[in-house]
Amino acid sequence: MTAVELAGITKRFPGVVANHDIHLTVRKGTVHALVGENGAGKSTLMKILYGMQKPDEGTIIIDGEQVGFSSPADAIARGIGMVHQHFMLADNLTVLENVVLGSEKLYGIGAKARRKIKEISDRYGLGVEPDRLVEELGVAARQRVEILKVLYRGATTLILDEPTAVLVPQEVDALFDNLRELKSEGLSVIFISHKLGEVLSVADEITVIRRGTTVGTAVPAETTPRQLAEMMVGSELPTPETAESTVTDRPVITVENLRLEAAGGKALLDDITFTIHAGEVLGIAGVEGNGQTELVDALIGLKAADSGTIKLVDEEITAWPTRKRREQGIGYIPEDRHRHGLLLEAPLWENRILGHVTEKPNAKGVWLDPKAAQDDTRRIVEAYDVRTPGIDVTAASLSGGNQQKLIVGREMSHKPRFLIAAHPTRGVDVGAQAAIWDHIREARREGLAVLLISADLDELIGLSDTLRVIYNGKLVADADPATITPEELGSAMTGAVTGHLEHEETAETPDLRKAPESGEDEAR
Amino acid sequence: MKKFDKERVLLAVAGPVIALAVAFVLSAIVLIASGKSPVEPYTLMFEQASFSDIQVLIINQASMYYIAALAVAIGFRMNLFNIGVDGQYQLAAMMAAIVGAHANLPAALQIPLLLLTAVCTGAFWSGIAGVLKVTRGVSEVVATIMLNAIATSVIAYLWLPSVFGVKVGNNNTTGEMHESGWVPGIDMGDAGEIYGLVFLAVLLGIGYWVVLNRTRFGFDLRASGASESAAAASGVDPKRMVLTAMLISGGIAGLAGLPILLGDTHTYSLNFPTGIGFLGIGIALLGRNSPVGIAFAALLWAWLDKASPELDFHDYDKEIAVIMQGLIVLSVVVSYEAVREWGLRRQQRRVGAELAAGHVLGADNNTTKEVAGR
Repeated sequence: MTAVELAGITKRFPGVVANHDIHLTVRKGTVHALVGENGAGKSTLMKILYGMQKPDEGTIIIDGEQVGFSSPADAIARGIGMVHQHFMLADNLTVLENVVLGSEKLYGIGAKARRKIKEISDRYGLGVEPDRLVEELGVAARQRVEILKVLYRGATTLILDEPTAVLVPQEVDALFDNLRELKSEGLSVIFISHKLGEVLSVADEITVIRRGTTVGTAVPAETTPRQLAEMMVGSELPTPETAESTVTDRPVITVENLRLEAAGGKALLDDITFTIHAGEVLGIAGVEGNGQTELVDALIGLKAADSGTIKLVDEEITAWPTRKRREQGIGYIPEDRHRHGLLLEAPLWENRILGHVTEKPNAKGVWLDPKAAQDDTRRIVEAYDVRTPGIDVTAASLSGGNQQKLIVGREMSHKPRFLIAAHPTRGVDVGAQAAIWDHIREARREGLAVLLISADLDELIGLSDTLRVIYNGKLVADADPATITPEELGSAMTGAVTGHLEHEETAETPDLRKAPESGEDEAR
Repeated sequence: MKKFDKERVLLAVAGPVIALAVAFVLSAIVLIASGKSPVEPYTLMFEQASFSDIQVLIINQASMYYIAALAVAIGFRMNLFNIGVDGQYQLAAMMAAIVGAHANLPAALQIPLLLLTAVCTGAFWSGIAGVLKVTRGVSEVVATIMLNAIATSVIAYLWLPSVFGVKVGNNNTTGEMHESGWVPGIDMGDAGEIYGLVFLAVLLGIGYWVVLNRTRFGFDLRASGASESAAAASGVDPKRMVLTAMLISGGIAGLAGLPILLGDTHTYSLNFPTGIGFLGIGIALLGRNSPVGIAFAALLWAWLDKASPELDFHDYDKEIAVIMQGLIVLSVVVSYEAVREWGLRRQQRRVGAELAAGHVLGADNNTTKEVAGR
């Protein structure tokens, strides 16, 4: 019995075909995974199924009946529900209020609605408390509220768009238990992801989408992650592993007892101490919002440290403004390239100047040198394989991966001594990802010190020479990337484990060897 | 990549042209609604523009509009709204008039002294708003509006005979300036005289372009306007940039009243033109903050001003010109945003299409690097 069948779906945007001849069949009572790279067309397809966009060709069949959606309301009426990647909840309302918002007609807003929420929550093991304020809830709990919201509206087919992106491994397992619960009750789940391990563990069937079209289906029991990935990429797969160690004993950046406070005096960063040597990549693991952004801001000079020191080679730079830090060789690949890395409506060559306006070849004295900057932009575009028809187009017209390659090229062109790489491959396709990894590795061989912050644990483990875990503004644990597994790292990210993480034998218990050092730090 | 250049010119022209067309049509509708010919006022006003005396008036008026609009535009380029240009130029003109009436140096020193006085006064007045914004987070819009009101009071105070005022009949003045501070105009015979400081306006326009487009400072300023967060990450000190931009904006604003002060009135009196700072906002908008665009916009505004009085003699209300100015500003805001978004989307599509067709820069080494594993 099929719940949803998409046949021959084609969607063209002027100049681009986003979806081409897509076939997808979701059976009732199953979890169906839709996997593909970023930009492969997953989101467009789901927008079509959810009524946000109309397909140019092809048919949508729900429960054996052909339908045409013109808005999400139509899709909801047909039992299609969507849990977005970014939650759409009002923080200052209770769970109950959030759930009934917009669907007051279904079960009212009072006792009846509360009963219904309880009933759904118990039935699928969601553990949602209707009277809690949403702002008190953690990410995983918010996600369950989103799922409940969709079920409350009578959905029988749920679309989950990259639901695990914001969760730590333990929370992912809990989510998967919920999904299994849902399917045992006869509901269908469409699970969008590009994390293959997860897909293989939870899905009953997998459809792979590549360059806007479905390239095949797979059954998890008969597929390995590698086969799936190769299907997704259409070629042999790059890995982030670095071959030989290039770590030297020359410290490039030394941070001691760094502390940063929020307006009210709450510590955003506390007692941060680390050293990165030339040729070393220090990876910082952590659930987002545990101080990574603040750490980067403190290092690049956007926020002034409340106490502690930062040294670049042998100069203390704690009081230096951002511009001086950048001039003196701190490269910066920002977490949010649209907010911090680019002028979206400016041409590429002006974006090449951004952040290095005082340096050659962009400037001669106080004057800009547009000609030299343009020539150098052409060089970067070629050397870093930025796909663009020219350097006069705006940065906004490039895809995310190409924007990122331009930023990496720009930062590397100034021969940094220390590179801050915050999520360097986020939202970037596999090809660009491999290229960016290559550039980081190459610069590391030449003695670059790198601070790598990433939510992609495979990337962290693969690229780093040293790993630290940040939790609640403190570096709580460290690990050897050669032996650690993502799961072990995940426990430390929730704050459950501290100290040195040892693979296998003592993975669950804190190692006391590191304890004296942290005690010492606090005493200072 | 000439295609994209042409595209940019097209987009730059499309906004104003659409806005003007819409404004003219809407004004025609207003005329029809009031039972009048929708065409004749325009013919009358166009006819006016062909008279040389009106032309001189237009150029003189436009020079002041131009300077005021440049002052506004500097702020706009970094997302600061200096709505206080009006107060800044009036106060600056008055200070220059007072200094000109009391100091008497040779012309080669006197004129620079007067210009400097005006620049410093304007910069001081806008600097107050800048300091408030940087230190206390006060919106520059609110602060400069307040400062406009305060400037009016300060001017009234300075006009008191016991301070710097000189009563001429019923008029408050600051007394006649010494002749060494008068800037000679270009004699156009019967048509009148073009203010000498029209050239100052032209120089300011050139300087504006050079500083913004060819200096590091200009780049930082534009970056701050395009994205405050990206500019900060690139090393711009946002507070210092806000203060600098406010000071420059106010300094230029201070010069806006000088063409008429040094070229014609030679005193700051009740008859001194007011409201130029507010008109400058609309002109900077219409001119898209570009020095050439602002020049056209300033001339258009001056034409509407100087050609409309003729309408009164033909049984039309000259206020139709004011209605037009208002409608232009309205349609400008709408059409620019529409054209900007349309242009951005169009370029994204075109880049997509070009890439799909394989037109990649340096296409020869464009071997499928996607699979370059390590």
